[in-house]
Amino acid sequence: MKHTVVKFIIFAALILLVPLIFSGGYMMNVLVFVGINTMLAVALNLLLGFTGQISLGQAAFFGLGAYVSGVLTASHSVNPWLAMVIAAISIGLIAFFIGFPILKLKGHYLAMATLGLGIIVYIIFNETVELTGGPSGLSGIPNLSLGNLAFDNDYKNYYLIWTFTLVIMLLSINLVNSRIGRALRAIHDSEVAARVMGVNARLLKVQVFTLSAVVSSLAGSLYAHTMTFISPASFGFNFSIELVTMVIIGGLGSIYGSFLGAVLLTLLPEILRAFQDYDIVIYGLLLILMTMFMPGGLVLGIPGLVSRLMPKKPVERGEHA
Amino acid sequence: MLSVRQVTQRFGGITALEDVSFSIGKDLITGIIGPNGAGKTTLFNIVTGIYIPTSGSVLLGDKDISRLPSEKRAYLGMVRTFQNIELFGKMTVLENVMVGLHSKSSSGFLACAFKMPWHLREERRIRDNAMRWLKFTGIADLAQQEAANLPFGKGRLLEIARALALEPKILLMDEPAAGLNSKETHELSLLIRKIREMGVTVVLVEHDMELVMDICDSIVVLNLGRKLAEGTPRVIQENPEVVAAYLGEE
Repeated sequence: MKHTVVKFIIFAALILLVPLIFSGGYMMNVLVFVGINTMLAVALNLLLGFTGQISLGQAAFFGLGAYVSGVLTASHSVNPWLAMVIAAISIGLIAFFIGFPILKLKGHYLAMATLGLGIIVYIIFNETVELTGGPSGLSGIPNLSLGNLAFDNDYKNYYLIWTFTLVIMLLSINLVNSRIGRALRAIHDSEVAARVMGVNARLLKVQVFTLSAVVSSLAGSLYAHTMTFISPASFGFNFSIELVTMVIIGGLGSIYGSFLGAVLLTLLPEILRAFQDYDIVIYGLLLILMTMFMPGGLVLGIPGLVSRLMPKKPVERGEHA
Repeated sequence: MLSVRQVTQRFGGITALEDVSFSIGKDLITGIIGPNGAGKTTLFNIVTGIYIPTSGSVLLGDKDISRLPSEKRAYLGMVRTFQNIELFGKMTVLENVMVGLHSKSSSGFLACAFKMPWHLREERRIRDNAMRWLKFTGIADLAQQEAANLPFGKGRLLEIARALALEPKILLMDEPAAGLNSKETHELSLLIRKIREMGVTVVLVEHDMELVMDICDSIVVLNLGRKLAEGTPRVIQENPEVVAAYLGEE
């Protein structure tokens, strides 16, 4: 137990120190996105990595959060914090009621159903032009502010976003190492045995789906207020797939893995920009190589690589984090 | 304790069980035997809530549980083990047993995420209890191992430890001796007796005749989806119909 706490404190301290290296500039903007993507990847990992239920429609909840916040604040002048809460609650309710029929499905069928959900929501963003601005997007979304402190530059936004991200990571780590987390992992490994143990698998799956939607919605609201402009293109099928990739590359069933996945998939395109036209080819190749040689994701792959290079030392199995 | 009343199960045109009735006495070890295809597994799945019977009912005490899902049966004190051991492979041995205490604990999402004090107390209780069951089954030294890495015999013991963690009134075991060597089978028979002495009613479906005749107080024989006989091991062994249908084959 103590071990996980120390690990998290070190992690949080490092995250909060990062802006000292990149004071302002474009990199800070990218690191804000790393924070948002980490939040989204953690949310999906609870569902996919821990409970073993796929969702190819996560971008829908992210987009809904962004649009509910955006429309309420830009068009109706609602307080941004209040709008964020309204978004989280309403999207949580939607996810809860959609969850019951959808999570009766398993495997490929669940993938198809969540894929459909994502596409439907994407079409709604595009077609309800009067409400959302349609394909040309919604602008004029105010920044968040606390009293006189307005989160209006990348530096401030970094701390805003990462405060949320760190809190969500900590709560998720607590959750997965608890009674509920064990039940979720049990469902993943053998749903029939989990049920025999008294785990209400059907309800728990819906609850974790809802939780994942609420966290994604929060990320969406934060995204809308940081960018002050949103358009449907950010919430399409591609982004849902990118989130799944982050979770898998980072490490299924690892909260820190989701962070690593988000870092890699957010930074890689920026780094590969140097290769100009070939960037997408290299990007794809790297992903293929990583899944081939690090099947457990970065979170297991990196220590594995280190221990291969360093003299042998027995690896003890720690807690899930 | 447990009664099966006129249970019939059809799958499409096939009748797997027809009009099967019997009762299982409290604190006894009852064996369900029969040749392959007799309907043992089907019966087991009906009793434990995997299937809902076409007709008839299953009573636990005087409560009709025929249509209750498995997770609700756990709260009534019924638990089972699986023929092909269903462990939570990616979790540790200790965590597997801790899942067995799910129905004995109640912290929700928020209490867990925010580490509320009562939740932490509950976690300690779960951990201590789980260790106790690992000691009871003699696999406490494997507590931190990943369950998927256990040898088959130890996996079987873990499954039993996990089931006992629910503190069941009735434990149903689907071929507990399958895949065990003779030494392990002997240890299993001692363990099953020990479980019975704790006041747990044990029901087992089993192929290992020696084990069944050795430890069961009562035996139900199925053949071709019907109940053929019921009684003590001695009565069953002397029943000519049973001998013809089953024992005679060997």
